Amino acid sequence: MEQILQFTIDTLSLGSLYALMALGLVIVYGILRLVNFAYGELIMVAGYTLYLFSESPVPWLFMALVAIVMAIVAGICTERVAFRPVREKSVTAVLITSFAFSTLLQNSALLFISPRPRVVPLPDTFSQTVELAGAVVPLRNILTILCTMLLLAAFALLLKKTVLGIALRAAASQFRMARMLGVPANLVISVAFAISGFFAGIVALFWLGRIGSVVPGIGLGPLLVAFIATVIGGMRSLLGAVVGGYLLAFIDVSLAHMLPSNLLQFRDAFTFSLVIFILLWRPEGLIRGPATGQRT
Amino acid sequence: MLKVDNLEVRYGAITAVNGISLEVKRGELVTLLGANGAGKSSTLLAIAGALKVASGRIILNDENITATTPECIVRKGIAMVPETRDVFPDLTVTENLRLGAFVRRHDQQGYNDDLARMMELFPILKDRGDQAGGTLSGGEQQQLVIARALMSRPQLLLLDEPSLGLAPKIVERIFELINQMRSMDITILLVEQNAAQSLQLADRAYVLSLGRIVASGPATEILETTDMKAIYLGQDMKQQR
Repeated sequence: MEQILQFTIDTLSLGSLYALMALGLVIVYGILRLVNFAYGELIMVAGYTLYLFSESPVPWLFMALVAIVMAIVAGICTERVAFRPVREKSVTAVLITSFAFSTLLQNSALLFISPRPRVVPLPDTFSQTVELAGAVVPLRNILTILCTMLLLAAFALLLKKTVLGIALRAAASQFRMARMLGVPANLVISVAFAISGFFAGIVALFWLGRIGSVVPGIGLGPLLVAFIATVIGGMRSLLGAVVGGYLLAFIDVSLAHMLPSNLLQFRDAFTFSLVIFILLWRPEGLIRGPATGQRT
Repeated sequence: MLKVDNLEVRYGAITAVNGISLEVKRGELVTLLGANGAGKSSTLLAIAGALKVASGRIILNDENITATTPECIVRKGIAMVPETRDVFPDLTVTENLRLGAFVRRHDQQGYNDDLARMMELFPILKDRGDQAGGTLSGGEQQQLVIARALMSRPQLLLLDEPSLGLAPKIVERIFELINQMRSMDITILLVEQNAAQSLQLADRAYVLSLGRIVASGPATEILETTDMKAIYLGQDMKQQR
């Protein structure tokens, strides 16, 4: 019983993280049809912001808030610097500029802070454990699950009930038509990047809660996860990104429990092989994205 | 109200609109006719700000709106219904209409009034408020996007081939609606391949061929003197004179 509970909470907490990572990536992809290669660096920015607060007497929640704000700012900067100048001109150019911006950010951290891992301040609650029906569970995992559920609900509400949300959804399916109804293109895109930065900030807090320290390349892991979760979930579907995240975590945690110890180091290979099988079965992903408007 | 002066629009090396000048006066229904590829849609898209203008000017009420973005054009009172309709398929009918009123989103009372008016004008939308836009039939989608355009209370409505791909009975209904909009004091620039029906409703007409205007005048005159077959088959209009 406690093993099942342990497994469930592990999967749900890792899945929540993965779902948020994927969601942050899909928001931009859904509207712009462009991948933000600098997405992982938004997590890095939040991480280093936290690091810069070490030795500071301010409460951790304040540091966390500033870290999230910095991730949002970094997201908006990415849009202004890497996307807006070349958006209308060439898809290839955008891939290159966002990749370049990612390298720029990583190397800035490398140069101005350090190439070595730096410990980040974390709240005491992150190292506490609770006992649930006989299983000992890190409190941090429960917090991850609760926080994600809250965020997903709030985000779904935003998209469904507010004019901004409707405008975002419209821009994601017919961008030109949304503009022709008065939806300001640049604002919508900036908002999408800001939301992406927000999710990256939250991910950073819980991801660093697991790892404990930040390096310049910390964003690569989450970026890869976000990519894969998005692809198996359905590239332009927000729900698909969330489903993909939880599914990927399920595969990951299952393999961690099932693989014999000598094969554990190859867990990633097994995970990605399963992803390949999923894509062979459903190449467009599991959940269909926004429709094209044709009935037949 | 609207003056287009020597408009030129290019798609790369191809000149789709090659020096078109036209005029639409307040309260008129002006129709643009011509075969496929004549440059009608490109003209409308250029007026709506969705296409870049290579040269020429577009003037609305003495204001030069040539290089204005689509978001600003709709704020100035021009609403466009493109040929592709561009219903937002995952948004409900009500959400589609709500977005149509985006430029007037701070006027909650006005929005409610307009929504009610649209439901009256387009009764088939009434029971479909919560249905996804993509599940509607072609004719219903066409009515939805016209209603959506009207939600912004435009002074000028640009309609690009509203009868395209629709059954004859639905086409009749659409033209009935266009006539009703005329009596609501909305100026309309109508692009159509269905020349006969649009000429019956319109005040004036321009005939386009290969990016140029080859005939223009009162609708009745165009109806009598122009060879419809030539318009559809795209023969050089100059041969008719």
